[in-house]
Amino acid sequence: MTARTLFDKIWHDHVVERLQDGTCILYIDRHLVHEVTSPQAFEGLRLAGRRLRRPDATIAVVDHNVPTSDRSLPIEEPESRTQIETLEHNVAEFGVPYIPLRSASQGIVHVIGPEQGISLPGMTIVCGDSHTSTHGALGALAFGIGTSEVEHVMATQTLLQKPAKNMRVTVEGELAPGVTAKDVMLAIIGKIGTAGGTGHVIEFAGSAIRGLDMAGRMTICNMSIEAGARAGMVAPDQTTFDYVRGRRFAPQGAAFDEACAYWSTLASDPNAVFDTEVELRAEDIAPNLTWGTSPEDVIPITGTIPDPATASEPGHRARLERALAYMGLEPGAEIAGTPIDVVFIGSCTNSRIEDLRSAAQVIDGRHVAPGVRALVVPGSGLVKAQAEEEGLDRVFREAGFEWREAGCSMCLGMNPDKLTPGQRCASTSNRNFEGRQGPGGRTHLLSPAMAAAAAVTGVLTDVRALTREIA
Amino acid sequence: MDKFTELTAVAAPMPEENVDTDQIIPARFLKTIKRTGLGEHLFANLRYGADGREKPDFVLNREPYRHAEILITLDNLGCGSSREHAPWALLDFGIRCVIAPSFADIFHNNCFKNGILPIQLPRETCEMLMDDARLGANAQLRVDLVQQVVVRPDGQEIAFEVDPFRRELLLEGLDDIGQTLQHGDAITTFEHGRDETKPWMPALAF
Ligand code: SF4
Repeated sequence: MTARTLFDKIWHDHVVERLQDGTCILYIDRHLVHEVTSPQAFEGLRLAGRRLRRPDATIAVVDHNVPTSDRSLPIEEPESRTQIETLEHNVAEFGVPYIPLRSASQGIVHVIGPEQGISLPGMTIVCGDSHTSTHGALGALAFGIGTSEVEHVMATQTLLQKPAKNMRVTVEGELAPGVTAKDVMLAIIGKIGTAGGTGHVIEFAGSAIRGLDMAGRMTICNMSIEAGARAGMVAPDQTTFDYVRGRRFAPQGAAFDEACAYWSTLASDPNAVFDTEVELRAEDIAPNLTWGTSPEDVIPITGTIPDPATASEPGHRARLERALAYMGLEPGAEIAGTPIDVVFIGSCTNSRIEDLRSAAQVIDGRHVAPGVRALVVPGSGLVKAQAEEEGLDRVFREAGFEWREAGCSMCLGMNPDKLTPGQRCASTSNRNFEGRQGPGGRTHLLSPAMAAAAAVTGVLTDVRALTREIA
Repeated sequence: MDKFTELTAVAAPMPEENVDTDQIIPARFLKTIKRTGLGEHLFANLRYGADGREKPDFVLNREPYRHAEILITLDNLGCGSSREHAPWALLDFGIRCVIAPSFADIFHNNCFKNGILPIQLPRETCEMLMDDARLGANAQLRVDLVQQVVVRPDGQEIAFEVDPFRRELLLEGLDDIGQTLQHGDAITTFEHGRDETKPWMPALAF
């Protein structure tokens, strides 16, 4: 048999039927549903008189537009309230398992999936949200779909898909102190660009990736979409199995061992061929951040802001000029030392307990700089509870951070947490597009540790300067 | 979904790379529970000033492009969020065809699902078509999905590729859920097979 990749194996295992032109009917093991991209899909089912084929493979949660302030209060924004009520009505009508707003386990869909064992290795997992790629960290094929496809999955538990191309991004070596999964992923996107992965599924491999915990792998896979890929994945290994064991919906006992035996067969064959290969050395990666309005606008914190005049191509030059103007930055200036107004630690990229620990470690004993607003929004109610048990909430609060309830929050500014025009934000989220965190807002993407360093100094700062002081 | 066979229309030139779905429809307009009505918010941050008034230099605020049914951009159109609100907003505004040197995958898919034809052409060709589009109302482009050609105002034909399966659905205006449900037996057989080989696969229930 020909050598196959991790993607090939999972794909092959889920093809129901291959149609004439190579389009496949692909079976979907898990469908995650949230309030923003589902109402029109449920409405479509209703209008066509269709039922939801597998409610037992579907789960719904509210996360995108929920307030992250006091949950005992009613939701003020009428449209957000309508969207949440609509979801509640729909899940009741179609019999979909649902995690309500006031449940202790509510949270961002991409945080709760792995956390509760809803997402497992070897599965096909979809959600009407591009960052579904996060779940690929478990060694699953997980990708975002549009609302029409949400409806298609609801009605048929399948999708019409053509196989993607295989890309492997290998990061060998050891990460330097202060360098995290976020920095690795920013380096990768900076290298291949936001369209670099188009048409591909990326497998992340190499000793630096293997050495990451599951939270780090999720951060990496999460931003596969920012590299243009449909999905990102890491082959399941002992780290994965240890993570999955004992989670709420994971198989238990003998069933778990049986599942592990299957999951162990999924790694890419040693001589499997990838359509595209990319390699990075771990030692070359510094703490990174974005300076512009595209996730590929990456520089190390020790770097300077690029000069559009050096761009060879006029369209590209125009984009860089516009990004500079929007971000209010000068070409050639050092990025470190740029004053910030807001710090956001949260989003499905970096809101897990490991992320909060990493930020808290930098903050411990320090205080948020005067004039800076800093928020921590845990990825889920369970993450929040864990952090409180560890006393991290105290570290954040005493330092002057707001300690919020779980949700997407300022990642996309659909709820009241938004930037105002011109505000500059050090953010652990995944998109720095114009207006993403609020109209006119300026976003610098960076790791939780770097966000913490910005919070306590009031400027974009090399976190290594602070951690060296600690050490 | 409306059929797409042929379209003769004004094309709006937008010579930008990475026109992302946050630009096409900003997140604050995603609170709707309907597919329609998003046209007035299309490109809201670029189209309207802070006072809510139209910015006169934005292409879709100018004649004849207010009536554009074709949009032409540079590389990586539709990158970012998977929100189908992006094609819904385009469609509600009146856009039935988008032309670019490259598209982000999910957006590309979402266009087909809503009767919008995405056409991929080399960058130089897109720039040439943008020059045509700049000539205004008399310079309409003709897009013919049956023949798979874009016809320039001077009559020159430019061939394009399109996935045959997607083309078929567009030409017929077909809903692909109906198509897939015809394979219901195969899906059931697959599920039985999975129950045998992966008995550990947990069901979700609270
Ligand atoms: S946290 Fe941000 S990126 Fe993640 S699902 Fe929510 S809105 Fe999307």
